[in-house]
Amino acid sequence: MNPLLLTHFTATSCAGRGLDATLDALSAARSGLAPCDFEGAALHTFTGRVAGIEDAPVRADFAEFDCRNNRLAQLAMTQDGFDERVREAIGRHGAQRVGVFMGTSTAGILETELAYQRRDAQTGALPADFNYATTHNPYSLAGFVRAYFGLRGPAVSVSSACSSGAKVFGSARRMLETGLIDAAVVGGVDTLCLTTLYGFNSLELLAPGPCKPFDVKRNGISIGEAAAFAVLERDSASHADDDAIRLLGIGESSDAYHMSSPHPEGLGARMAMQQALASAGLDARDIGYVNLHGTATPSNDAAESRALTSLFDRVPCSSTKGATGHTLGAAGALEAVIAALALRHQMIPAGANTSEPDPALGLDYVLASRGAPLRAVLSNSFGFGGTNCSLVFGRKGAGAA
Amino acid sequence: MTPLRGFIEGVGVIGPGLVGWPHTADVLTRRASRTAAQTVLPAPAGLPSAERRRTGPVVRAALAAAHEAVAQSGRDAATLAAVFAASGGDGGNFHAICETLASDDPQISPTRFHNSVHNAPAGYWSIATRAMAASNVLCAYDGSFAAGLLESLAQVSVDGTATLLVAYDTEYPEPLHHARPIADAFGVALVLAPQKSDRTLARIDVHLTDANAFSFADADFEALRLSNPAARALPLLEALACGKASNVVLDYLDGTRLAVDIDPS
Repeated sequence: MNPLLLTHFTATSCAGRGLDATLDALSAARSGLAPCDFEGAALHTFTGRVAGIEDAPVRADFAEFDCRNNRLAQLAMTQDGFDERVREAIGRHGAQRVGVFMGTSTAGILETELAYQRRDAQTGALPADFNYATTHNPYSLAGFVRAYFGLRGPAVSVSSACSSGAKVFGSARRMLETGLIDAAVVGGVDTLCLTTLYGFNSLELLAPGPCKPFDVKRNGISIGEAAAFAVLERDSASHADDDAIRLLGIGESSDAYHMSSPHPEGLGARMAMQQALASAGLDARDIGYVNLHGTATPSNDAAESRALTSLFDRVPCSSTKGATGHTLGAAGALEAVIAALALRHQMIPAGANTSEPDPALGLDYVLASRGAPLRAVLSNSFGFGGTNCSLVFGRKGAGAA
Repeated sequence: MTPLRGFIEGVGVIGPGLVGWPHTADVLTRRASRTAAQTVLPAPAGLPSAERRRTGPVVRAALAAAHEAVAQSGRDAATLAAVFAASGGDGGNFHAICETLASDDPQISPTRFHNSVHNAPAGYWSIATRAMAASNVLCAYDGSFAAGLLESLAQVSVDGTATLLVAYDTEYPEPLHHARPIADAFGVALVLAPQKSDRTLARIDVHLTDANAFSFADADFEALRLSNPAARALPLLEALACGKASNVVLDYLDGTRLAVDIDPS
């Protein structure tokens, strides 16, 4: 594929608001996970809750979009001057030439959960202030971002469970390649809600403590919330900086195996990684670091390890979900930003909370963050329904190393 | 610029009083009349019985339309990339989840949970057909069909991949129905190929426009078009059924719509 420039990016999760705080947490392998105190969730587990969302309503002129998910979107977009960078891109290209591609699994369905607690005792009706379209519906996120920036180009929410935040890069790339748009605001936002907390609880997948991806003692996931955004533009001579971070490759596949369990050999995951490398024109040995999907369930980590070791001959890797929790539909975008941070700062982030990598998995699992000369990084995102997406980010000439 | 262009090789439709594409084409060209009837959703073909039992109406609507379109194209479903576009998921399932979560015992079932994801139809489709290719799952509220068509044609044009587009939505029970009044299940599917072949039914080209969306003069068709986000495809289907070159404008987003050129020659 033609490389795309990642001209700006930002992320907010329980590991930190904005890039500096995120980098600081990753460098120190510090986890933002804490015992679950989410209202209405009486569960013995840890979550990655972002502090302060409750006190940060959506801007008054977009009040109809106000919900936890769009609050976190707004909070994250205003870090690192990201909103200003988007406005500059709109100034360069025009409001019709900038697309919006947002990943989310549950958007603002917390609003509906809360509305069901306030039903009319006689009629069963939901409260009059409940607004389905701008909160619960998956498009509420892309619709909010499009309205926030006054955009008039294409916009869509991608909702393929835990691959959503990575898949947006694929949709944006195709739309940029057609020439219909000149820039894309891509991202992923997912926030805590009872459906996912009790849903993963029903599958017995919640870890009682902070999750420990790839550890011998890994025993389930910790659910987090996050918002991460990037601006993608076509590569051009005016961006001649070879050190700029580029999206080099994308791989997308389906397991065609089971709704909530991965293919045991990681076949779909392997296909996604292979395709990402091929579309980047890179070999496995060109990749200096792999940010694993690594949810910390026994079967997910085992399947991903099989897929990885079938393609890579010892590559430094980690899952950053020990630091951020599993942020579901945001995870792909959050981890894309982490991959970009690793490239920008030439740093391999450790997998927080993991102390004893499972030797049966055969990975070069990174336990202490360290500096490293990185030219290309691969990031994996997999989800329910057997949906897989791998992204390769790197610098110009990443394959020449 | 790469033109957003594809060649339609197969069509699938299921909706209230509409049973398959040949029947729908007859209705849209006034060769047959539409009887007022609820959408009849068949059991989803191709799934193992354990999976089949777990599927709700939204999966059934999607798979019925998808199977019909792929059969007409003569292609192997396993080779097709896929785009699934819907405003919402399984409304009855989500209603049950919300009732449980609002109760004193908020324990939901694993099946309810994994059926709640927006990509459940895509997951079941890949299991039913062994399709391991890329599959994208989109939402653009009432513009979901147009968003799916745009994404599919970008895939066809940019990557040269034959792509299955499936758009579908089903109704929510009360009290959600009041907030999102979708009338009945509707599903539509198109197989879109990058090149013309002897299986081509029509060429399709799209571009963005700020022109108004097409609306039917016929009150029954217009009510049907507005009754379900997937039924926003009906003007395109009518153009296809008429078998002559035409253009229609479909609902997409606030201030932006999708212009569609259909050329059967």
